Amino acid sequence: MNLTNNSPVLIPLLFLSTGIMTPVLAMKKEWLARWIALGASAASVALSIFNLIRVINVGKPIHYKLGNWNPSLGIEYVLDHLSAFVILVINAIAFLVLIYAKKSIESELPGKEVPYYASVLLMLCGFNGMMITGDLFNLYVFLEICSLTLYGLIAVGEKKSSMAAFTYLIMGTIAGCFYLLGVGFLYIKTGSLNMADVRAILPFMLDQPAVVIGLCFMTLGLGIKMALFPLHGWLPDAYTYAPSVSSALIAPTGTKVASYVLIRIFYFVFGITFVSKTLPVADIISWLAVVGIIYGSIMAIAQKELKRMLAYSTVAQVGYIGLGIGLANPFGLIGAVLHILNHAVMKACLFLVSGNFRLKLGHSNIFKLDNTIRKKMPWTMAAFTIAALSMVGLPPMAGFFSKWYLALGTIEKGNWLFLAAILVSTLLNAVYFFRILEKVYMKPIDSQSSNTHEQGTYHDHSVKENEETVKRDEVSPSMLFPTLTLAAALVVLGILNAIIVDGVIKYIIPKGL
Amino acid sequence: MTDYIIGHYAYWFTFILMMIGFYGMTMKKNLVKKLIGMNIFQVSIIIFYVSTAVKWGGTVPVLDLNISIADTSKYINPLQHCLMLTAIVVGVATTGVAFALSISIFKRYKTLDEAVLIERMIKDNESDK
Repeated sequence: MNLTNNSPVLIPLLFLSTGIMTPVLAMKKEWLARWIALGASAASVALSIFNLIRVINVGKPIHYKLGNWNPSLGIEYVLDHLSAFVILVINAIAFLVLIYAKKSIESELPGKEVPYYASVLLMLCGFNGMMITGDLFNLYVFLEICSLTLYGLIAVGEKKSSMAAFTYLIMGTIAGCFYLLGVGFLYIKTGSLNMADVRAILPFMLDQPAVVIGLCFMTLGLGIKMALFPLHGWLPDAYTYAPSVSSALIAPTGTKVASYVLIRIFYFVFGITFVSKTLPVADIISWLAVVGIIYGSIMAIAQKELKRMLAYSTVAQVGYIGLGIGLANPFGLIGAVLHILNHAVMKACLFLVSGNFRLKLGHSNIFKLDNTIRKKMPWTMAAFTIAALSMVGLPPMAGFFSKWYLALGTIEKGNWLFLAAILVSTLLNAVYFFRILEKVYMKPIDSQSSNTHEQGTYHDHSVKENEETVKRDEVSPSMLFPTLTLAAALVVLGILNAIIVDGVIKYIIPKGL
Repeated sequence: MTDYIIGHYAYWFTFILMMIGFYGMTMKKNLVKKLIGMNIFQVSIIIFYVSTAVKWGGTVPVLDLNISIADTSKYINPLQHCLMLTAIVVGVATTGVAFALSISIFKRYKTLDEAVLIERMIKDNESDK
């Protein structure tokens, strides 16, 4: 048992074993489920950090042969800068959300803690497996593991959630099957399922129609999973009606993992010259992404429910990642990977804030949010403000830098329309976030009782009175801590972005890009 | 042209099967019929994989003493079958989850017909206001 050698496989294994064991261990003691989930998640974060440091030190991909079978016969796990980085992001977010989960689950899903935490662990097993595997079919299996648990995690929400989950299941199954079909075509032609093998064999048969069809099917399937613009139909309902914790877990991670797989397939299996030069797949992706950015932002403005607004905003933000992937130049790829990190942190923070609203106010309707909240929940609102500013892309926050790299990518590509789309969507982001900030911060606090006061003294008096009468009603520290950590992380990540790009993301860019 | 069509007949049938499944998933209004479509869709992909493993004159991939091990053209490729065993398991699990979801939908809305469902959901929306 050598920890260093086996570290790549430990994370999925850890989640798989704890996910299966949780219902058994916690059968009599229900409080145990939460601690198992937290423990596994904390261990996974530690392992992810360890893996990332190991990859940075080694400087080249680490291959792990499962059961010591050689690749192409056996399954191989590959730990490189890209996978180690995204794994750390996903696990860290999941850990923070799991710290948050206790009160929210107790109020929204009483009595369902044990199966809930078990599903969360299995979902994380699926995500980590998808990211670390170097085998195309193994990826499909992990994709289905996480999809199945996602349907369950969404379906336990409010009344409409089961229908939303059903729609997601139909579309998710189509996506999974399309991906499987694409893998089938690739397998027919290359005779291998190992990504590195396929990468080595493919250059000799790129003119074959079967390879092209395989690429198209895989892109379509992953496009549905990452909710790329015309394929995003399942996302708004699913994220809106899911329980708060599920939304906060799935929204930052689910679409990101699918984006990661798309990067993996495009840049490391087919090779970017094939995807962008021979066939215009990358171009199509970037055009769809640009339409999605604008569409998602406009739809977000039209929503009156905070969670639904955030869901549409996710469609727009996935568009940024898709645009970065489709640009097929170094800046675009850096922007896409950095945006995976930034958007995960921002969306997790915003969904946690909406969860706080739901717990304390009983709703998250934008029109019902009023200026008393700034007094009731000052810390929650502070976190919301930072995350909103980051979404808009104000410079010290993290959100600015990924957009900056994407903008550089569009300039390098010479496509001014894309640049315009990024700038316009920034304005649209500002519209839908500032309308909430304006409602909460800009108006002086007054209440209906003050209407009886005389006109002259009415204003000052009522403010003074109500500033005192509105009681602070902040959520508990266990919920506040993750929210504020994520908000603070946005500032820190923004300041440290040069270190992240130079230390990790720079090495992701494949040769010849 | 005729040779092309007849030569690939297995693929054509798989394709037709897949489109039947796709039609069921997208066009049918009843949720259970959607699930039936989903199963047909998955089965078509399983058949596609298995059909790619076939070799004329090949036998099962178990060592036959009359055929030497090196003569791989006499054995059909077993990998697709193994992969599809996993895919079948995935399909069964998906169907199970889907039925659990449709039960929960039925409990909440007392119907499995999509048109009626949407009607009742809109009614819910209005009563929320």
